[in-house]
Amino acid sequence: MGCFVVVIVFREVHKAFGENKVLQGFSLDVNDGETIAIIGYSGSGKSVALKHIVGLLEPDSGEVEVDGELVHALDAAGLRALRSKIGYVFQFAALFDSMSVADNIALGLRRQGLSEREIGHRIEESLALVDLAGSEEKFPIELSGGMRKRVGIARAIALRPQYILYDEPTTGLDPVTRAMMDELMIRVREKLGVTGIAVTHDMKSAYAIADRIAMLYHGRVRQVGTVDEIQRSHDSVVRQFIEGRPEAAADAGATQASL
Amino acid sequence: MQKVITDQVAELLAGFGRLGNFVGDMARSLRDFKVWLGLTAVQMRRIGVDSLPISLLVAAFTGVVLALLSRYIFTGAVPMYFVGTLVGKAIMMELGPVLVCLALAGRVGASIAAELGTMRVTEQVDALETLAYDIQSFLVVPRVIAATLMFPVIVAFAVTAGLLTGWLTSVTLIDLSTVDFLKGLRLFYQFKDIWFGLLKSMSFGFTIALIGCMKGLNTRGGAEGVGRATTQAVVVSAGMILVLDALWAVLLL
Ligand SMILES: Nc1ncnc2c1ncn2[C@@H]1O[C@H](COP(=O)(O)OP(=O)(O)OP(=O)(O)O)[C@@H](O)[C@H]1O
Ligand SMILES: [Mg+2]
Repeated sequence: MGCFVVVIVFREVHKAFGENKVLQGFSLDVNDGETIAIIGYSGSGKSVALKHIVGLLEPDSGEVEVDGELVHALDAAGLRALRSKIGYVFQFAALFDSMSVADNIALGLRRQGLSEREIGHRIEESLALVDLAGSEEKFPIELSGGMRKRVGIARAIALRPQYILYDEPTTGLDPVTRAMMDELMIRVREKLGVTGIAVTHDMKSAYAIADRIAMLYHGRVRQVGTVDEIQRSHDSVVRQFIEGRPEAAADAGATQASL
Repeated sequence: MQKVITDQVAELLAGFGRLGNFVGDMARSLRDFKVWLGLTAVQMRRIGVDSLPISLLVAAFTGVVLALLSRYIFTGAVPMYFVGTLVGKAIMMELGPVLVCLALAGRVGASIAAELGTMRVTEQVDALETLAYDIQSFLVVPRVIAATLMFPVIVAFAVTAGLLTGWLTSVTLIDLSTVDFLKGLRLFYQFKDIWFGLLKSMSFGFTIALIGCMKGLNTRGGAEGVGRATTQAVVVSAGMILVLDALWAVLLL
């Protein structure tokens, strides 16, 4: 199938927290320009996997490669350079609560050394994209959960990153806003040409935004394929998950039932 | 039993190892002054505003007690103007710095640990890192430098307040004249009386902020973790203040 350039590689990544073995040989290739969705039960290690890409976590064994560089082997300067290419949308937004919305977005831009005028422009633009124009001076505490989430997305896309990692960007949003966010992610990709990884529980949004879908199960990739392939999957675990049948959780012995 | 003790010693040594690493990282981040310089000013103002009231309060009451205590000790044996000497030396060299900084361990140290601990558990620290910031130069260095610089200033104000209340107590409750109080205060005065106390305060400020940052950034697990980190920061830095205080006495007195 054509000549894909692989830009992010997980190679046999193992990661445990004490007794809790989270990733157990997780391998995944992400191609340049695609959006890949990672699905899986709550607690299966999707967030943990994402954090390896930006070096927030280090693999116990195995390796993660971004743009041909091993993340855990980078020195401080190398890691900084890598991180400035990546926009990270945190699962719970992780806004800086002592700062206004505008400052939250400006912080990363200042680090890139942009002029204040350019920064102001980007803030306005990215807030408009997430439908929060005019919220510059608000503080995170004054926002609803869904609004915080959207500010988190604005903060990431304002950086105009090469890669964007969304950790459950649409969980907790109302259906209309959710559809809007899906559209936004598609637009961001078309406009900026970013490569994206989106962790999600929401199959509808996975089908809408992703080229390929990978299911994380028991610390490894259970199946990865195009949206079509996943929809027509014969794998019982994948089927149960995408159809959202309750016995799946029990069968699967997942850590927690997905809510 | 022996195993318990060796384990504890190992744990203590490991703790010092972590502290050493942390200070090393921090020292390396000093190069990043464009990041920390502005933030340090903000932290200095915060520490100053937070700390001054409680510090003045602590020192003021200490001044009252010291004056009365020295009258009690000296009556009939030593000329009363020695009240000024004792109040002066004790407040400037020991009680001012130590009592004020112990109170500030609960104020500044706890607030640093709680703030950074909350940032840690809500992933704000991770978010900073993904925005290509170095948390040492963005969070730690400004707080440690601000505390190191501000503590001597705060203690200087507090000592002044303590001397004032000591003097007021002397003239109102002890029938000591202002002239005699000042005579006692100047009697064995050396410049060292002042810089010794301020140097100690600097070292206490450094320690309190450092431990607050370390405990805060190492917070694990939710609100309870933040509570634990905060308590630990206060307990450990209070202990360190007492140890350092003794160390300075051994080295410099
Ligand atoms: N920093 C950490 N320290 C200890 N354990 C952790 C840490 N981060 C994650 N874990 C554990 O790793 C496992 C996977 O967590 P992770 O957050 O990756 O799940 P997830 O797939 O993102 O789930 P969800 O869909 O609910 O967000 C969990 O059991 C969690 O307790
Ligand atoms: Mg998660």
